[in-house]
Formats: sequence, structure tokens, C-alpha cells
Amino acid sequence: MSVFQVLNGLTFAALLFIVASGFTLIFGLLRIVNLAHGALYLLGGYIGLTVATATGSYLLSGIAAMAGIALAGLLLDQTLLRWVKGHDLRQVLLTLGVALVLNDLTLVIWGGDTFSVPIPSVLQGAANVGSVFYPKFRLFVLGVGILTFICLWLMLNKTRLGALIRAGVDDAEMVEASGINIQRVFLLTFMLGSALAGLGGWLGGAFLTLYPSADSEILVFSMAVVIIGGRGSLIGAAVGSILIGMLNTFGQVWFPELAYFVIFGPMALLLAFRPLGLFGRAT
Amino acid sequence: MPESGTLEVGDLHSYYGAAHVLHGVSLTLARGEIVALLGRNGMGKTTLIRSIMGLSPPLVRQGHVRWKGEDLTALRPHAIAQRRIAIVPQGRRLYASLSVTEHLTMLKNARAKDGWTLDKVFGLFPRLAERRHHRGSQLSGGERGMLAVGRALMVDPEVILMDEPSEGLAPVMVQHLEGIIASLKALNLGVLLVEQNLYSALEVADRVYIMETGRIVHEGTAVELRKTPDVLTRFLGVH
Repeated sequence: MSVFQVLNGLTFAALLFIVASGFTLIFGLLRIVNLAHGALYLLGGYIGLTVATATGSYLLSGIAAMAGIALAGLLLDQTLLRWVKGHDLRQVLLTLGVALVLNDLTLVIWGGDTFSVPIPSVLQGAANVGSVFYPKFRLFVLGVGILTFICLWLMLNKTRLGALIRAGVDDAEMVEASGINIQRVFLLTFMLGSALAGLGGWLGGAFLTLYPSADSEILVFSMAVVIIGGRGSLIGAAVGSILIGMLNTFGQVWFPELAYFVIFGPMALLLAFRPLGLFGRAT
Repeated sequence: MPESGTLEVGDLHSYYGAAHVLHGVSLTLARGEIVALLGRNGMGKTTLIRSIMGLSPPLVRQGHVRWKGEDLTALRPHAIAQRRIAIVPQGRRLYASLSVTEHLTMLKNARAKDGWTLDKVFGLFPRLAERRHHRGSQLSGGERGMLAVGRALMVDPEVILMDEPSEGLAPVMVQHLEGIIASLKALNLGVLLVEQNLYSALEVADRVYIMETGRIVHEGTAVELRKTPDVLTRFLGVH
């Protein structure tokens, strides 16, 4: 295990965490398995690409990706998902359909070529980390991932909105019967979770690059993270991301032919013994 | 005539899917009054509480729930709670991942000074103050009951619907609970008390309704009911 590979695992884990934390927030509170989450990630990446290219401002492109995908989440929730509330299977099929439509739409607009979101010169090149030189941008992603975890943790554990979200994960009906308009909390959470997909796409757009099947790849990884960590658990998403990030990196190095099995084998094993994941709770 | 501060249920019919559960239930509850709703298991008591609170299922297909003259049946649960009707649900339904303090403060701005506050609830239940950092899942049966009542009070209710609050409590805790309910009455709250525990209910209630298979089959004052053992035998199986 070299420092370089550990850093590879951790930086990939940070990107995964950003995307998976949004997925698990929505899954935990709204009980929606949003299969369009990967497509929102990809769309966020393309929005970031377009805005960065047009304005030359990296910061602005990040804000645009998050805001644009939060808006997409708002539209998705209010125009489509509202008609299938409480029907798990219909929600899954609907979001799968949205994922396919969004994927085709991005193909029409941005084409099938591979793009990379242009990053500012300060994030280009390598930095000296102890004994190795490591790409600065990947370290930046790691920093954003840690910052995202801290912000989400503080929001969930130290604010009233966070308490409402956690209570809603436990028993949404009881929250509603206590005078809280839970639909508004749901919508805010859906927009926040979507914005995290946008943030992930913006970072992933320079980390992994953007191409037509990038959405399903990140979605599969996010689902594995949430299954391992447990539905609706922020800590679970963090631990699951690190596990998957490390397994993916070392799987590729040690068993290149079995890289996927190294991830999904342990996941299946965990499911057999802890169906709710490491930090999941029955409700 | 319904006066202000009266909850009035009239000819309520509720369904679970195709199952017709409430068959035209009518009752009234005024502020400052404790009304017990008795009946054996499966007679529709919890369905009635859920129907009043706007929780779904069940589905209310006929009848009305009026509060201060306004019909509540088309309102969502949060809108009903905002009209100062609170619920202590069956099984307490505390939040496993929230601390005792969070259960109480999530409903209000922390700086709110009106009505019930964290300090007032802790004043009523000193035991909860000692346990303020514990999670809902780490409390004893009695503490869970206190927290469920405390959470309902943070809604600043004028009426509380309590669904079997004495369920699973030791006798000494039931007595404590009776004292709490009596003190709520003294604060001019109305309490609708669903109970299996007949003697506890008769101890605190002013009036009593008895339900059987989705209908009110008896109503009267608690004093009268204590003098008519045949009613108790017939509807509640008490000897």
C-alpha cells in the first residue's frame, strides 16, 4: 500500500461521499430511491463545463452546477414525483425514466465526446504530500468532501431543520401531526440532495471527466455506498464511501480482473448479515 | 350549539380501504374538560383519533370534525396541529435519533417565549431534564410517556388527543399520569383520553363515551358510569 494509492482511494471516496450523501438524504427522508441521481450528477457536470467555458470562472461554474441541479430537483419533485407519492415501485420506475431522458438529453446537447471541466491554474499540477507528489485537484476534491461532511453534520445535528429531517427519517407522520409542514421539509431535502449531485458532477467533471455513461457508473457506486452505510445515515455514507473508495482503488491494483467483484462481493456479504447496512435503523 | 373552544365530531364515517370502521361517530370535547373514550381493542378508538387529526389512513368519507366552528376534515395534519390540537399517539412514537431536548425544541424557535417552552416542560417533568441528552430510544417506559406528553405540549395545544397513555406503565406511573392529566385540565386544556385502563379513566374523566364496533354505544358522566356496573359489564367485559 503506497501513500499514492491511499490518497487515490481517499480522494475518490470524497467524491463518492458528496454524491452518495445527497442520495442517502433523499432515500432516508423521502424514501425515494432516486435513480435519476446519477443523471443529475452528469447534468451538473455539463452545466459546470458550459459555465466554466463561457465565463472562465471556476467558482461561478460550481455555483451554477449546484443551483441548476437544485432547480432540476425542485422541478422533478413538483412536476413528476408528486403524482406517485407513497408508491415505491412507481417512484423507482419514474426516476429511472427521468434518468434515461436526461441522459439522452445531455447526449443531444453536449454530444458523446469526453469532456473535462477546465480547472484554474492554482489547482493544476502536483503538490508535495510527505514523500509523494500528488495532483492538487484531487486534494482539492478531498478538501471539499471533508468540508461537505462537516457542513452536513452541523446542519443535521445542530440546527432545527436538521432535527426535523432526522425526526422525519424516524417518523414523518408524527412530525406532521406535530404541526410541521413535512412536505416543505421533504422538498428542501430533495433540493439539497440534488444540489449535492450537482456539486459532485462539477468536481467529477474534472476528476473522472464527463461522458455519456458516467451517470450510471457513479449511481452504482453511490447505491453501493448507501447500501453499506445504511439508509439515511450521514456517518454511514462517509464510512461506506471510504470503504468503496479504498476497495475500488486496491481492487484495481491487486485484482484488476475482479475490480467490480471486490466492491460488490463485500456489499452482498454485508447485505446478507446486516440488511440495513452498517448504520441503518429499522423503522 | 358548538361554542368557541369546542371540538365537535359529528356523524363521522371512516374507512380503511373498503373496510367501514367508524359508523357515524359523534362526540364533543370542550376546553377544560377530560373526556374518556373507552372500548375494547379493535372497536375504532385509534381510528377516531387518527380521523380527528387528519392522519391517513383512514379515509373520512362522511361527517365532520369541527373545531371552533371550522371544519377540519379537509385539512392536512400539520394544519390541524397548528390550530392547537395535539396528539399523544399510541405507542408514543418517539424519534429514535433525537435527544429528549431535540424532541421538544424541534417544533419551535429556541428563543420563542410564548406558550410552552423547554423550561416549562422540564418544570412539569423534572425527570426529563435529567435525561435531556438521552435519545428517545434510551428512555424507560414512564419517561417515554412523559416525553410524548411534553412533545404534545410544545404544540401549545388547547386540546390533546391521548391514545392509551397509560399503556405499559407501572401503577405508580399511571397515578403520576393521572395527576398530569388533571393539571392539564386545570390549565384549561381539553383532553380526549382513549383508554383500556377503565379505572384510571374513571378516576380523571368528567365524561365518558364507550365505543363498540365503530359506534358510540354509551355516553354519560364518569360519576354515573361508576354507579352502573351493568354497562361496564356489557360493553367492556368488566365484572
